[in-house]
Amino acid sequence: MKIRFLIPLAVFLVMTAFLAIGLKLDPREVPSPLIGKEAPKFSLTDVMDASKAMSTYDLKGDAVLVNVWASWCVSCRQEHPILIDLAKRGEVTIYGINYKDTREEAQKWLRSYGNPYHSSAFDPNGHTGIDWGVYGVPETFVLDKQGVIRHKHTGPLTQAVIEDELLPIIRKLRGEP
Amino acid sequence: MRIMLLLMIGSLVAPLLGAVEVREFDDLEKQTRYEHLLKEVRCLVCQNQTLGDSDAELAKDLRDEIYSMIQSGQSEEEAISFLTDRYGDFVLYRPPFKSVTWLLWVGPVLFILAGGSIAFWPKRDKQRQANPKELTDEERLELDRLKRRID
Repeated sequence: MKIRFLIPLAVFLVMTAFLAIGLKLDPREVPSPLIGKEAPKFSLTDVMDASKAMSTYDLKGDAVLVNVWASWCVSCRQEHPILIDLAKRGEVTIYGINYKDTREEAQKWLRSYGNPYHSSAFDPNGHTGIDWGVYGVPETFVLDKQGVIRHKHTGPLTQAVIEDELLPIIRKLRGEP
Repeated sequence: MRIMLLLMIGSLVAPLLGAVEVREFDDLEKQTRYEHLLKEVRCLVCQNQTLGDSDAELAKDLRDEIYSMIQSGQSEEEAISFLTDRYGDFVLYRPPFKSVTWLLWVGPVLFILAGGSIAFWPKRDKQRQANPKELTDEERLELDRLKRRID
């Protein structure tokens, strides 16, 4: 058989490979340049208590999750039971950044659906969100003991993401100095 | 009828007016810098829109940030690095040439070269026709015989 007749087949296979990869890629999943860098500094207040300060310093010491959320965010509502469940297991401390919200709405939200967060920083104008490269709440960051961002998950958490993606990283980070 | 026409024109123009807020600059040069920047940056929420076109909340916030940076006299490069430090090279429509982006830049050239080499590859069959093998004596006799038959 002549090699020429194989060319259309080769072209077809290459295109199929490209399209198959393209199908699996999620254009929403933008790699964060912040991974491997120290978490961007903020000094805000606790969403539950305006007189209580909260800063990046509070996030250091142990591998933790930082979850960016808002009461107006529909997907946050969706992932919320999973966070509550994770908090109950006590395997990892969860901090929150309350993004572009009002204090009243945020407090109401936590009261009615439960509060999985050790504490949440109140970021009403979204400056801290921008510093952290947030573009679509909910977003979840994994920080190591030194407060360096080691992983980021964009979009609502699922049980599978927690078990297969976040907890293995947390356990690994616990083993580091 | 005239009212209908006005409404129709209005509905065409309204989205153009609504999308982006009007900014005032103390310097015309700053305004050009700002407007040029907004065309170079992608909105992360509506990824096929520029930061200047997008109506997303985040795009508005980022425009605010860029506006105050430019207004305070910072350069386009400083504003760009503010954005790429947080959101990565992905926000740029023309990302820098780096180890992770080289395929993006070189890819089209590679494709053209690959396509071209297939299209212009010397065709072996035709070459063979152009340089036929020498005929054997037997074949030449046969050819002469056939030619004579035609005459």
